[in-house]
Amino acid sequence: MNMTQTGPADALSKDGGKFPKHRLEELRGRGYVMFCVLLLIVIIFSIVYFIASRGLTPFTSQGVSLGNMLGGLKWAPEADTPSFGALPFLFGSFATSVLAAVIAAPLGICAAIFMTEMMPKVGKNILQPAIELLAGVPSVVYGFVGLSVIVPFLRDVFPGQGVGILAGSIVLSVMILPTITTVATDALRSLPAGLKEGSYALGATRWQTISRLVIPTTLPALMTGVVLGIARAFGEALAVQMVIGNAPHIPHSLTQSAATLTSIITLSMGNTTSGSLHNNALWSLALILLIMTFLFVFVVRLLERRVKRV
Amino acid sequence: MKAKSVDRIMTGVIVGIGFLIIALLAALLGYLLIRGVGHISWHFLTSAPESIRSGGGIGPQLFNSLFLLVLTMIITVPLGLGAGIYMSEYAKQNRLTAFIRLIVEVLSSFPSIVVGLFGLLVIVNRFGLGLSLMSGALALTVFNLPLMVRITEQALRAVPREQKEAGLALGLSRWRTITTVMLPISLPAIVTGTILAAGRVFGEAAALLFTAGMSSPRLDFSDWNPLHHTSPLNPFRPAETLAVHIWKVNSEGLAPDAAQIAAGASAVLVITVLLFNLGARWLGRALYRKLTAGR
Amino acid sequence: MKKSLLVLTTLALGISLAACGKNENSNNANAGASSGAALSGAISAAGSTALQPLVDQASKKFMDLNKDVTITVNGGGSGAGLSQVAEGTVQIGNSDVFAEEKLKDADADKAKELVDHQVAVVSIAAVANKDVGVDNLTKAQLVDIFTGKVTNWKDVGGKDEKVVLVNRPASSGTRATFENFALGAKSEDLPDSITEDASGTVRKLVSETPGAIGYLALSYLDDTIQALKYEGVEPTSENVASGTYPVWAYEHMYTKGQPEGAVKAFLDYMLSDEIQTTDVKDLGYIPVSDMKVTRDVAGVVSNK
Repeated sequence: MNMTQTGPADALSKDGGKFPKHRLEELRGRGYVMFCVLLLIVIIFSIVYFIASRGLTPFTSQGVSLGNMLGGLKWAPEADTPSFGALPFLFGSFATSVLAAVIAAPLGICAAIFMTEMMPKVGKNILQPAIELLAGVPSVVYGFVGLSVIVPFLRDVFPGQGVGILAGSIVLSVMILPTITTVATDALRSLPAGLKEGSYALGATRWQTISRLVIPTTLPALMTGVVLGIARAFGEALAVQMVIGNAPHIPHSLTQSAATLTSIITLSMGNTTSGSLHNNALWSLALILLIMTFLFVFVVRLLERRVKRV
Repeated sequence: MKAKSVDRIMTGVIVGIGFLIIALLAALLGYLLIRGVGHISWHFLTSAPESIRSGGGIGPQLFNSLFLLVLTMIITVPLGLGAGIYMSEYAKQNRLTAFIRLIVEVLSSFPSIVVGLFGLLVIVNRFGLGLSLMSGALALTVFNLPLMVRITEQALRAVPREQKEAGLALGLSRWRTITTVMLPISLPAIVTGTILAAGRVFGEAAALLFTAGMSSPRLDFSDWNPLHHTSPLNPFRPAETLAVHIWKVNSEGLAPDAAQIAAGASAVLVITVLLFNLGARWLGRALYRKLTAGR
Repeated sequence: MKKSLLVLTTLALGISLAACGKNENSNNANAGASSGAALSGAISAAGSTALQPLVDQASKKFMDLNKDVTITVNGGGSGAGLSQVAEGTVQIGNSDVFAEEKLKDADADKAKELVDHQVAVVSIAAVANKDVGVDNLTKAQLVDIFTGKVTNWKDVGGKDEKVVLVNRPASSGTRATFENFALGAKSEDLPDSITEDASGTVRKLVSETPGAIGYLALSYLDDTIQALKYEGVEPTSENVASGTYPVWAYEHMYTKGQPEGAVKAFLDYMLSDEIQTTDVKDLGYIPVSDMKVTRDVAGVVSNK
């Protein structure tokens, strides 16, 4: 690949004979960085291509209708007349990730305010490293803790078996807390100091400044963090699968067994043979996940545009 | 007066939440460490796992995790640096650049399971690399590359303009200026960011289930020829990492001490990530001091 | 100008990437094909997570005897094992079910190429939380429970407690065995039921959740859960071997075509007494040679 980029440079240096060395170096460097960027583009296109090539087969050649998959309620892939209604998983994925954000967003934004406005010292020395560490804890470990601590707790407190959307969202909320907090902290730090000083000079209390000035001005940026958090929660697989129960139905309560797109993929991918209808249907779920990622990035983009306008 | 008391209450609430989060983390860490640390011993860290008897260790898994990390970094860092340099120094303000930026963003938010499946389909099966460390490293590269690009770009942007202009004014080519003037200045930020990103790699499991496999063939730690099958350095052997091992032991473990092994391995993982974080800060600071020439 | 170059090369790379996979379906079917006195080569096996510990254990012993052979044993699930062996990515595909059950319809031809090696018998027992007050269920009762007709333990002679189903995913080999031989019918994924694929997780959930019922391979039974008798027959290795306890299945190791060289030697070793009388039993499987009955793909049982 490198050849296409550096090729002309080599050729020039040969016929010219006196091609300046630093120009050559510049061209090589430029060629290399172009190659790296090109690679990024190739990677993303091949991911989309390959996932789509598998994920679209059920619709194109195996007689599953798109409407049934997106709107159907019955997921019975191994039945005599298989049906592939993925709506319960879509619902489960949305419900868990949004609820996780509902739990994590206030905490994360408060943590950011705590770090930037209240106690910067404690924030910088304890809370920030703590949150970075939270981001580094592997998802498997979260799932493990969720299954051993949160599920039994919920089972004792609420009716039901403890597993379900609530357990999933609690685990996810801890996992996305760092994302939300980091984005929020950056947003609050980037606020011009003059704005706040002006507010204080006018006699506003700290809370008045925060609630009427800081939060409204940084709201789009804060929302960006929340959407990024939802996106991460949406794609998380192993931790959720361990605590959600995985029944392919839309649950009637938060503590009733439910399933997400990711949990169904991890459960069944290995048990099915590649090329079978069931297997391809799982690839379709992966394709839905992929499309959702694009949607989330799109929403983040919209929000960022608003940040810039402010 | 009302505003004052509201202020006081809200300050209390926010400070309370701040400390709550600290407490939450302390509880989480405490839970993992108290359950796990008791099981950690030299034997546990170095011996091979057992499938049915108790007393198995996590030696090969620990090694695999570290080796996979190194492999991933060898692939990611040069590519990430390159793309990062392009984005901050060569990219013009146009549609193409906006498009590339979009790609970096999308790539970094892909669910790990989707990347794992892609790895299974393309790297493992099509490229014929099989379930191996190399497949795992390539899949992890997909995650890590966008992170590296962003880290590099931000670090280079933070370099003072005068420094860059001084380089160019001396007649250095753009590329020279970047590699000899700007990169050294931004090195501490890049190193810190890279190590923090490495922590994420260390704990990844979902993508590796499908690419690096769940088996740990016996390793001969006296054989360091990367071409031998039993050599720990062979990148084309299947390898179970620590995070995957925790998953496997939790879900299918038959050994009587499976629960303790999972707890011990979790503790080891958390401690390693902790070391990464501390190491990143320390190294970043040390590099900064060194490169800014004696304080 | 540069932009168009970039776009062009991207396209070219993308296309070549897409194309290059199409024609390499089957390479290295068996790397360890060299016969002779000293066996050598690399064998890779993948598939069933239930069978993985046994093959893993046997492979370690085999490698001690044959220093030049390396065997890697991966999990991934029965389906993955069968697809990979059919494609030639691995030499041995481990499976909990007959290949014909997974490779159906368009893939039926692939199943014909595979050679079955039955290395052990796995038996599955219904298990319940210890508080349900029941230690025996008939087939009809089990069917009622797993199809949602019975939702309270008192209807099958136990305590007044809600039944909580801990099922396996529809694609699971363990579930197929349980459905075929214990229920004789397909079970439903009922709302409110829990679905887990991993035996360890099933055991944990059944032991902790009041009123829970699930099913596990015999090797996972321990005193945290209550193993249930089936039609009055206890799930023990002896009862399985004699044919009185019907809920069992073969563990299969498939090769593409007849095995040769190191692969053959390893499969022979799997069936030797060295593995069958020790590790097979230690892991809670039943040696194939102990079985007084056999069963074919269609599920027909006959005396040996």
